[in-house]
Amino acid sequence: MLRFFVRRLIIALCVAITVSIIGFSLLRLSGDLASVLAGENASPEDIARIAMNYGLDRPFYIQYLDWVTSALRGDLGRSLFTSEPVSELIMDRIGVTGGLAISALILALLVAVPLGVLAAVKANTWWDRAALIFSVAGQATPNFWLALIFILVFAVQLRWVPVSGSGSIAHFILPVVTLAVSIMPSTMRLTRAGMMEVLSSDYVRTARAKGLSPFKVLFKHALRNAILPVVSLAAVQLGFLLGGSVIVESIFALNGIGYLAFQSIVRVDFPVVQSILVFLSCAYIVLTLLSDLINAKLDPRVQLR
Amino acid sequence: MMSTIVTRTAVSGAAPASRSDEFDTLAPSPKALMRKRARGHVGLIIGTTIITVIVLMAVFAPLIAPYDPYAQDLSRRLIDPVWGAKGTWDNIFGTDALGRDVLSRLIYGARISLLVGFTAAVIAGIIGTALGILGGYYGGKVDAFVVYLINVKLALPVILVALSVSSISGGSIMALIILLGFLTWDRYAVVTRSMTQQMREREFIMSSKAAGASNSRILWREILPNLMNQVIIIASLDMALIILVEAALSFLGLGIRPPTPSWGLMVSEGRAVMFFKPYLIMIPGAAIFLLVIAINMAGDGIRDVTSPEGRG
Repeated sequence: MLRFFVRRLIIALCVAITVSIIGFSLLRLSGDLASVLAGENASPEDIARIAMNYGLDRPFYIQYLDWVTSALRGDLGRSLFTSEPVSELIMDRIGVTGGLAISALILALLVAVPLGVLAAVKANTWWDRAALIFSVAGQATPNFWLALIFILVFAVQLRWVPVSGSGSIAHFILPVVTLAVSIMPSTMRLTRAGMMEVLSSDYVRTARAKGLSPFKVLFKHALRNAILPVVSLAAVQLGFLLGGSVIVESIFALNGIGYLAFQSIVRVDFPVVQSILVFLSCAYIVLTLLSDLINAKLDPRVQLR
Repeated sequence: MMSTIVTRTAVSGAAPASRSDEFDTLAPSPKALMRKRARGHVGLIIGTTIITVIVLMAVFAPLIAPYDPYAQDLSRRLIDPVWGAKGTWDNIFGTDALGRDVLSRLIYGARISLLVGFTAAVIAGIIGTALGILGGYYGGKVDAFVVYLINVKLALPVILVALSVSSISGGSIMALIILLGFLTWDRYAVVTRSMTQQMREREFIMSSKAAGASNSRILWREILPNLMNQVIIIASLDMALIILVEAALSFLGLGIRPPTPSWGLMVSEGRAVMFFKPYLIMIPGAAIFLLVIAINMAGDGIRDVTSPEGRG
């Protein structure tokens, strides 16, 4: 277990370093940052002055090393737009995005897992087909479109919830549901596939044969094993939701990391953009590392792979 | 509606009468079985029919579209679609806030979605399949490097990376296609890698090795053809994903730039007036939904037909 842990940790560290280089260089390599910052009518002198001001004229690796060493001390630089420290900007908003992602994940699991079990138990019936249609349709619905439809139906027509903003719990209902729908199909399919496999296994047949109630067989014996891949997918999906919240946050005007990232991208506020990119990538790396470890603990065979 | 019927018969009529009919004492060939499964697969038929209609729409856009998709007519702004209160047959899907015909923009928008989705999926497919095969076949350090690249790719938040690059590099369609290709190759790599690992140990690879085939010959002539079915299935899923991401980027204003008609951009443009004219977001959104669902249905269908055991 220790060897497995150390090996996974080293890989995660290498990936984190690479991702930080990519996140840092992305905006710098996509175009000439200084001239974009200076605007269309800027003279070459203006551009040079801006490049010097922000240290963009220095060699790339020096800029990077500089940034990483201060980042490790918790200093991510300052926003070009508000001149607040980037670390504070992120910390102020992590609650909104984290809460949004975790609630969406919980909601998705609460809907998709029972649906997947139902589809597997009633395989090849109309229940199964209905669940399949739901998952295919869910996968094909653009997130932003669903959000707008929700606003039209539930906020404007029915007036159950507010249109946008982040004042109360009610403001979070539509964003959470929109995000949850985006990960329900994959969770449902995985639960169904896992259940199908487990239900045809010998130990489930034994449990049935010795006369256990169908309920006990299903939830105490079968679901326990079928749910393992769903648990490790859940960690990955949480990382995906953190990064994917940008659309939902900007539609519902929620002041989270995604919205901050979007605003900063539009303003070419590169210290904020690069920090958020690296921050979210590292969050994903940590989550998948955790899920790997949990998986290895639950299923020792994983360590051999 | 006419074209739907025509293409549907075209699809089912494409398979010629099964050749194994002459030898009906023999078991049907795998290909004949496949054709039979394809003809009975509702999802595949519906999916390919919708795709065919949309592709035809895109190819013949200048002939079909009733108006110029860029032509603004400020005297004819925000006209309801034909089913609306003041709708007329002049503009079946109504007009937008600049007086442009929604149907014409929708027809031209199909070009963007299909072009971006298809080309980016091919780029991603080449990158991902190459990496997956190399890692799976050579193993060892090569494989470790491929796995590392996959991990790096997975850790990057796709939408945010795409938004950042697209914001600086301007709105060229070419740049967007390459960007999306480089952001979605992971699924190809994961699947082809594990399939190649399994295939490496099979007899037909062993025997061609024993016969003296070079590594490149084995990779190109033995392994790749055996992966093609899977790669096509992943490509369909990937194309659907790319179309959704392009729509999301365009919706956020950093994908396809105005006035080019892109479905995602049309939803974004309709958003300002959606409380009064909901059809302006409903119609282009429904188009994205329809295309993506058709591609997914066709992909699922291909999977069921080519490898029924892999159903799940």
